[in-house]
Amino acid sequence: MLIRSSKKSDVASSEITSESVYMRRREFIGSAAGIGLAAASPVMLAAPTRSDLIASAAKTAYGNDEKLTPFKSVTSYNNFYEFGTEKKDPKKYAHTLTTDPWSVEVEGFAERTGKLALEDVLKGETFEERIYRLRCVEGWSMVIPWVGFPLANLIKRLQPTSQAKYVAFETLYRPEEMRGQKSVFSSIEWPYVEGLRMDEAMHPLTMLAVGVYGKPLPNQNGAPLRLVVPWKYGFKSIKSIVKIRFTDERPLTSWERSAPSEYGFYSNVNPGVDHPRWSQKTERRLPSGFLSVNRIDSVMFNGYGEEVAPLYAGMDLTKNF
Amino acid sequence: MNLSVVQHRILWVTIFIGCLLPLPYILYQGFSDNLGAEPAKALVEFLGETSIALLLATLAITPLGKIRVIPKLVRYRRMVGLYVFFYAVLHLASYAFLLVDWDNFVEDLYQRIYVMFGAAAFLILFALTITSPKFMLRKLGKRWKLLHRCVYPAAILVVVHVWWQVRSDYAEAVAYATVLFVLLLFRWRVLLKPFLSSK
Repeated sequence: MLIRSSKKSDVASSEITSESVYMRRREFIGSAAGIGLAAASPVMLAAPTRSDLIASAAKTAYGNDEKLTPFKSVTSYNNFYEFGTEKKDPKKYAHTLTTDPWSVEVEGFAERTGKLALEDVLKGETFEERIYRLRCVEGWSMVIPWVGFPLANLIKRLQPTSQAKYVAFETLYRPEEMRGQKSVFSSIEWPYVEGLRMDEAMHPLTMLAVGVYGKPLPNQNGAPLRLVVPWKYGFKSIKSIVKIRFTDERPLTSWERSAPSEYGFYSNVNPGVDHPRWSQKTERRLPSGFLSVNRIDSVMFNGYGEEVAPLYAGMDLTKNF
Repeated sequence: MNLSVVQHRILWVTIFIGCLLPLPYILYQGFSDNLGAEPAKALVEFLGETSIALLLATLAITPLGKIRVIPKLVRYRRMVGLYVFFYAVLHLASYAFLLVDWDNFVEDLYQRIYVMFGAAAFLILFALTITSPKFMLRKLGKRWKLLHRCVYPAAILVVVHVWWQVRSDYAEAVAYATVLFVLLLFRWRVLLKPFLSSK
């Protein structure tokens, strides 16, 4: 077990001034000169909120040469069937979701199990911004600046035992706030379940996101905590996570359960394996024009093959799609 | 209730314009950036849905005439039917040339079952359209009626075309199937006649 003993010289997180506040210091000095130091000081001493930490997340080299999909598209064109199956439904209806308080239940083969408040899930993590491509299994894609931290960090803190071979995740089930969960015409069973093999979960590209575009995640994007696995189809990146379970057997994920011939457990982006009902060779990079579709070739592992291909060495990815 | 010549004219113009309106509507929405991040896909779906709605409307005209809600409505059935084909052409064209590119479309055509069903329905609608003028009716005689009864199989193909594309939410497909089922109930005697009389 990792025990972090605090030294007297350590700076408590509550004492750290967020970058956004720090960058605005001249405003405070300026206003202090005008209206008096006493008025400005409470602002300067305030602990940084999660929003501050998200806004000040350090930029990384990931995808910084990519052209971003605009914030409006990222937050208004979503698949989050808990709020309806139309792309515009999540933005329209996700405001009903309560994300504070939020907790994550940790179960299974790990030393630290039990209920963790979101604050404890995030404690000690330094947020960073990573620009990732997101390829939906339906044939469209986006480029999104996520803010979060590697999932591996959290997993290390939870100390899974050697029996843990897979990690399963669950989305919140709260039909009174998630209208899509009440639909009688849905073939998806709730709660939504996703999963990764342990080495996929521990891969440095796999991240837990708390923000997008420097802002806390809007509800429709999976607030307050979601997974981002950039080399897999988007539905693997489960939203609004409330449960993490370490298991010794492969979890049955929601889409695999609903249509096993169409959605495999791995669901790595693979232009060589078509979805039975549509081609995966190309994708529509969004935003797309009205009379001019922005079509590009899809790439194996969504272009992250250099980093992740070794995870699947010797595996037949046509069978394990 | 008998309508005067003027009333018929007004009704004709109303139906003509009413059926045409969805087109400027969707073009306006598209050019004013109101169709979301994937406007071409929204366009294809809208044109398809409009075609289906009008197809179900043409099928409703016959039973509505029978129960004398609006007699002589059958006069306008051909115009609505032509609009069904009009929107089907736009739906197919925007899919093949705009959304997926021609090469992908050709591949879809022999690999994707839902595309095959849509294409089969399209071919039937095409045959009905080119045989819709009055001189074709005279030329084909009895066979014309039989041919035009194929609108029912076309409607079934179209509902399967929608059903096959569902990822998880069957609401829309169930709605179309229910309406079609009810309409078929009205006509089952006529539709089964060729099969019953051959025995």
